[in-house]
Amino acid sequence: MDRFLFLTLDGVSTGAVYAAFALALVLIWRAARLVNFAQGAMAVATAYVGYAVVSATGSYWLGLGAAVLAGLALGALVERVLMRFVGHANPLGDVIVALGLVLLIQAVLGMVFGNEYRPTAVPFDTDALTVGGIAAMSPYDLWVLGAVVVVVALLALLFTRTSLGLRMRASAFAPEVSRLLGVQVSRMLTVGWALAAAVGALAGMLVVPTGLGLHPHAMDLVFVIAFTAAVVGGLDSPAGAVVGGLLVGLILSYVTGYLGPDTTPLAVLVLLLAVLLVRPGGLFSGPRARHV
Amino acid sequence: MTAILEVDELSSGYGPVPVLRDVTFEVPTGTVTAILGANGAGKTTLLRTLSGLLRPTTGRVRFDGEDLRGVPVERLVRRGLAHVPEGRGVVAELTVEENLRLGGLWRRDRADARRAQDEVYQLFDPLARRRRHAGHQLSGGERQMLALGRALIARPRLLLLDEPSLGLAPRVSGQIMTLLRQLCDGSGLTVLLVEQNVRSALGIADQGVVMSLGRVVMATPAAQLRDDEQLRHAYLGF
Repeated sequence: MDRFLFLTLDGVSTGAVYAAFALALVLIWRAARLVNFAQGAMAVATAYVGYAVVSATGSYWLGLGAAVLAGLALGALVERVLMRFVGHANPLGDVIVALGLVLLIQAVLGMVFGNEYRPTAVPFDTDALTVGGIAAMSPYDLWVLGAVVVVVALLALLFTRTSLGLRMRASAFAPEVSRLLGVQVSRMLTVGWALAAAVGALAGMLVVPTGLGLHPHAMDLVFVIAFTAAVVGGLDSPAGAVVGGLLVGLILSYVTGYLGPDTTPLAVLVLLLAVLLVRPGGLFSGPRARHV
Repeated sequence: MTAILEVDELSSGYGPVPVLRDVTFEVPTGTVTAILGANGAGKTTLLRTLSGLLRPTTGRVRFDGEDLRGVPVERLVRRGLAHVPEGRGVVAELTVEENLRLGGLWRRDRADARRAQDEVYQLFDPLARRRRHAGHQLSGGERQMLALGRALIARPRLLLLDEPSLGLAPRVSGQIMTLLRQLCDGSGLTVLLVEQNVRSALGIADQGVVMSLGRVVMATPAAQLRDDEQLRHAYLGF
């Protein structure tokens, strides 16, 4: 029972990172109708920036800020100089371009920083606290969970309470009508990419210390898991991404805990396959709004 | 009378297929002009070219004496040209309130944008009662009110309307036509209207522009089209 509780708490805190990362995928999907397969590589690149700043200044928080800023810049850059020019005539076009970007980023990171795992600093203790004799979350897990909750809340506020959020939603749902109403739709697309990449950067900073360390491929499996989480929740739904992330985090925690860590990648793929077969639109896919 | 819109030898189309050919007409300030013609005559294409969604292949459009070539679509509403597209253009996923706010977001004068929004709620009572409803929950008439109201929030000088009575009950479409006439007479708004329902369009129009196969075949006072049976037979088929 203690083990179950431990695995549950562990699943929630890793699930929170998957949720944030899935949310980044959903943001771009909603804005541009494409799955950003370069999300993982972009997040690793910004994490390198972040941890370079951490080791240069000794401050984790400066590094975190730098990573998020780098995310904003990288997202905007990728949209402005690359994705904007990918035609939508061929549905595979943006997938191939994104995969090309993955190769480019990982190669450049390897050349600049080397292809070995680098240890990363963490702001809080990663040893689990024991509450009433039971090993529960570590302070670092609590920080991760708190950070993700804050980001999700801020995004929700942005989209429902601000005029920038309204512009972004309108641009995603009805680009032509939005333009007629004076919304600069192409700028909203850039903002969407920047925002998504910043969320991805934060998720990258949070997740890298829980793995083997910083490496050009450090986010590969995380990306696949987060993609699964986004598909589980439904690519169109931010709430679905959060629920999907937590759900996938829990499932993987149980699988890893009871069946061993070797089965984790397999479990992700089985889950992805199962969702695509049973409910391809995701758990949160409502009936499409009718357009009359 | 000065013309707020001058269309001169305008041609446009989709890819290599021309739809509009050398379209020329003027819209006098403060009037209602109805574009009439059969399906496929190029009426919607004309409106889309006027508002910049389609770029003309040749010819030009002057709005208030200024050439609109090279003006991006999203700037036109700031100059006073609003386009309510075919199918009403209500963003179905947003609420009534959000749709209306969207119409005024570009405006610097926040207070006036809010005032305009209140005026729309006064003008269209059903909208005021359904502020928090999503666009897809509205009836056809309510959607048309929302699309029209949202365009009015920009306080446009020229309003392009594509098939405002499509799919509406005759009573509702009659109300909308009457309202357009009132807006024209009351606030000096100019309306360019594409309409399948020729009778109701001619009922409020000052000028009728008849199109056929992408060309303007006649631009004449609406009264003449209403009254001259031979003309109606020849050009409008009733």
